[in-house]
Amino acid sequence: MSGFDKVVGSYEEAMAGLEDNMTVISGGFGLCGIPENLIKEIRRKGTRGLTVVSNNCGTDKFGLGVLLVDRQIRKMVASYVGENALFEAQMMSGELEVELTPQGTLAEKMRAGGAGIPAFYTATGYGTPVGEGKEVRQFKGRHYILEEAIQGDFAIAKAWKADRYGNLVFRKTARNFNPMAITAGKIAVVEVEEIVEVGALDPDEIHLPGIYVNRLIQGTFEKHIEQRTVRSA
Amino acid sequence: MALTREQLAQRVAQEFQDGYYINLGIGIPTLAANYIPEGVEVMLQSENGLLGMGPFPREDEVDPDLINAGKQTVTMARGASIFSSADSFAMIRGGHVDLTVLGAFEVDCQGNIASYMVPGKLIKGMGGAMDLVAGADNIIVTMTHASKHGESKLLNECTLPLTGKACIKRVLTDLALLDIEDGSFILRERAPGVSVEEIARLTAGKLVVPGHVPEMQFA
Repeated sequence: MSGFDKVVGSYEEAMAGLEDNMTVISGGFGLCGIPENLIKEIRRKGTRGLTVVSNNCGTDKFGLGVLLVDRQIRKMVASYVGENALFEAQMMSGELEVELTPQGTLAEKMRAGGAGIPAFYTATGYGTPVGEGKEVRQFKGRHYILEEAIQGDFAIAKAWKADRYGNLVFRKTARNFNPMAITAGKIAVVEVEEIVEVGALDPDEIHLPGIYVNRLIQGTFEKHIEQRTVRSA
Repeated sequence: MALTREQLAQRVAQEFQDGYYINLGIGIPTLAANYIPEGVEVMLQSENGLLGMGPFPREDEVDPDLINAGKQTVTMARGASIFSSADSFAMIRGGHVDLTVLGAFEVDCQGNIASYMVPGKLIKGMGGAMDLVAGADNIIVTMTHASKHGESKLLNECTLPLTGKACIKRVLTDLALLDIEDGSFILRERAPGVSVEEIARLTAGKLVVPGHVPEMQFA
């Protein structure tokens, strides 16, 4: 295959080069669309001192939460961490540093990080603890704070389908933070449910072009549901 | 009588107008989707990347790839669309959402809102709330008027860390509907059977009571 072939043969190979104290950006919203096997590989590797950037930190038993068990995460940048008792305990004891970041700001920080934009102004967080210590500027009479972009040594993400070049298609709300996370990683690792041959995806239907993807692997997924809510037939 | 959760949701839904794109927060705001007035078509935005949220799925429709911002399984309405978190918050921060409804711990008569953190006790995070209050012009806060111990949550100045500054113009509590204008709460409607005096007693922030304060009407 050509140099554009992003497919790697194992999860070990997918996460090769991840070292202690690196920054990892992860896609996913709650447990939806998370790179569950890449997270398990980080747990297996035992990498420590990580800064993890993700909207949430999984639950006690699944997702990024499993990296808390052996205290592999030193710092968490997230918008909502309410689903995880272990997280709360480590945060309260001061073992785990937490930077609460508004969800839209977090998405935009990743997007900017991937797009070569070092910082941006936003009204979100002005006059709140989030804005403390940040530059404030007025545009058309309104206050905005300066937020810096985020880049990761690694990005880990989950998509639905890919071709071997790393062109990606996401499925339903499992898309969430995944596209931006991928663009913001120096090494972007994506796991998918299905890898198809190059040319099998309609170029008009591709959600994220393969240029952003460095490593690609096909996995099987448990897809846990946090709040299974149904109506009676 | 203080409004029930269902009545709060019903009163919120009376604010829905035909053609509105609406973001409903977790809890009572979400319940309002059950009371969309007849003849009114709205589209619900879920900030994890769905516009056109449908009802909860039937057992055989449950899809782990399809959830709402509260992480509940949902369905997609006809005409729904899916997008990334960055696109979702571009919608919100760009002011494209017509109405936002969310809960709060405290609001004050300067339009400040505190909804995401009780230092030392509850630190779950703001999720999308800071973006929603900063990006939307039309916001309704739903909350209880006072704590179980009778302490007002409508204050002259919020005591908890703020979610947003000078951004709230309308508050619906279990006792009253109030607007916030020029540094005061303006009492617009009373819950059925609740007196102006009771509302005034449980409102710590500056309150203006117009000559006539009608009771809320429910179908």
